[in-house]
Amino acid sequence: MTRYLKGMALAGMTSAMALLGSAASAVEIEYWQYFFDARVAAMEQLIEKFEAANPDITVTMTHFPYADYRTKVAAAIPAGEGPDVVQLFYGWLNDYVAAELIQPLPADTFPTAQIDEQFFPMVQAMKEGDQYWALPTAVRSLALFYNERLLDDAGVEPPTNFDELMAAAKAMTKRDGAGNITQVGITAGMTAQDHHWWREGLIRQFGGEPYLDDYQTVNYNTEAGQEALEFYASLFTGDDAVSAIGFMDEPQAAFKAGRAGFHIDGSFRIGSLDKTRGLKWGVTELPATADGVQSNYSSYWVNAITTKAEGEKYDAAVKFMEYVTSDEAMQIWLDVVGELPAKPSVGLTEANANNETYGPFIRGLAYANTTKFANESGQRQLMVEMVERMTLEGMSAAESLAIAAEAEQKILDDYYK
Amino acid sequence: MRLYSNLSIKQKQIVWAWAFLALPVLFYGIIRFYPTGTAFVISFQEWNLLGDRTWIGWVNYVELLNDPVFWKVFVNTFEYLLIGTPLSLVVSFVIAYHLDKLRFMHGFLRMLYFLPFMTSAVAMAWVWRWFYQDVPIGLFNNLLASVGIPQIAFLNSTTNALPAVLAPAVWAGLGFQVIIFMAGLRAIPQSYYEAAKIDGVGWWTVLTQITIPLLRPTIVFIVVFSSIGFLRIFDHVFNMTTNNPGGPLNSTKPLVLMIYDTAFNGFNMGYAAAQTVVLFLILLLVSLAQLWLLRSD
Repeated sequence: MTRYLKGMALAGMTSAMALLGSAASAVEIEYWQYFFDARVAAMEQLIEKFEAANPDITVTMTHFPYADYRTKVAAAIPAGEGPDVVQLFYGWLNDYVAAELIQPLPADTFPTAQIDEQFFPMVQAMKEGDQYWALPTAVRSLALFYNERLLDDAGVEPPTNFDELMAAAKAMTKRDGAGNITQVGITAGMTAQDHHWWREGLIRQFGGEPYLDDYQTVNYNTEAGQEALEFYASLFTGDDAVSAIGFMDEPQAAFKAGRAGFHIDGSFRIGSLDKTRGLKWGVTELPATADGVQSNYSSYWVNAITTKAEGEKYDAAVKFMEYVTSDEAMQIWLDVVGELPAKPSVGLTEANANNETYGPFIRGLAYANTTKFANESGQRQLMVEMVERMTLEGMSAAESLAIAAEAEQKILDDYYK
Repeated sequence: MRLYSNLSIKQKQIVWAWAFLALPVLFYGIIRFYPTGTAFVISFQEWNLLGDRTWIGWVNYVELLNDPVFWKVFVNTFEYLLIGTPLSLVVSFVIAYHLDKLRFMHGFLRMLYFLPFMTSAVAMAWVWRWFYQDVPIGLFNNLLASVGIPQIAFLNSTTNALPAVLAPAVWAGLGFQVIIFMAGLRAIPQSYYEAAKIDGVGWWTVLTQITIPLLRPTIVFIVVFSSIGFLRIFDHVFNMTTNNPGGPLNSTKPLVLMIYDTAFNGFNMGYAAAQTVVLFLILLLVSLAQLWLLRSD
């Protein structure tokens, strides 16, 4: 009896010890991202699943408005506060590395060769030397949205190449008695996604290479660049224009209102179009050239481990990074946020690649390029002005292109000096 | 305590005054002057908000002087000032002058004029932005199109955009200026007007010899106040041109928008701080010049 009691007591003590022990080894790590409804919801699901699989790790998510994001991250990490795992735009990687805010991913958990092989090729922009600094859960690409009703009315089909695009756009353009456009065939405006389409899509399709030396040298002031610009400008200049810059204020507004036949935009637009009542839309891959040359643009947000994470927090952060870049996490992200999986193993599954809505975007990833921006809004502004010089000041495409190329080279030189 | 009781009444009053003033002084020191001082320091540094700050001397200022966009923006800023201030001054005076003479529905009309001042500049800018659009959604252009007049490119034009952006800004500030002018008009003693009536002078003489000279302090206040407002114009421009801030081709970009863009899109804090210092100097000089020009004899 006594022995039994002793045994009980011992067992009780051991289990209490075990409980205490596990409580003592519980690690809490912090994750930061900017606020966007669907992203926060998706991350909450991921954290829940991760915590279920790793009961000794707690992940706390903090999010705040995009406008404050960079400032807060920059202030917090050097002070030893803030996130252990942080989300950042791919274009900011250089700044974060230079400021020693993030550390490279450990090669034993994230072997470089394996990542090169498993992820879509544009993710290699996150590699410096032979180590990866950050990895995305999801990526974005462009595709051509079309308004089904307008296509039917005009009796045309979704286009697969430029000639079909122009013909269909022409058929859908409407004007009033005074010649003012009241419905555009295709939306246009470098302020939206068109500057990506022009840079990584059109220039390459016309046989050019927009940048050299790992995006440090502007290379579009060429014949191909000029042809690409002239093609783009032909959408909204001349008497047979199929578009107008600033039509209904914003390209996506015109498309949502059912006043535009085609609209080029990213996969992140799907959600808001789905919510638009009375709009029947479809989506197809960006049009190819007559020879079938395709090109697309891709961008993404990545997660990285900060320099603040050390010891057991570091180990927990590595585990968390492993989970958010897993196939399962990517599928959840696609279902909740609508952003595309960063690995072909998830993206190019039968179901995803042939999905009516996501399919064109996912197929586009195979031939997508990612621009390494030094100052994205500054570089976009130059494209906006390049077009404005032509439409408002009557400058020739060649001359305007040269000015833009020179100005962009200056931004790049200042950044990489 | 003994130290305090040894003080004269005058000195005690000073001690108390300072005790009460300490809070606002501290507040101003920490919230206003410390950041302002830091901005001056940052203007001599290079800083991208993330890394270390490095001293680079006058480089930011030299770059500014050689930046064609800065000079364009500089001219724009003064265009806002030189069109906006006189225009709003004259219009608000005319309204106040007549409103002052009106008894019928006086309060209601005064409220109508004051309402835009209380409206959020952001909301107002967006509504006007829609007014200015091309057909089929723009109010003005739809009106023009319906009577067969070719549409006008309001915002999508290098010449029309600045006045188009300025118009709602002037309109929004009007209410406040009208109220100040009316208070000024009421403060002029009636006896002057009675004397003028007895002498039988015309309304023009009354206006130029009595009303305007006696309104001088009010005019000084409004000119200085609205000048600072137009030199710092931002929300109207930013919200009416969000897709292409300050565009097209920088034709509407004021200095504050350039500062914002440099700092929070380009993350070039040093260069932005240098622009801020320049804006500060402009504001200081313009304000001092106006106070000197309009000083009372």
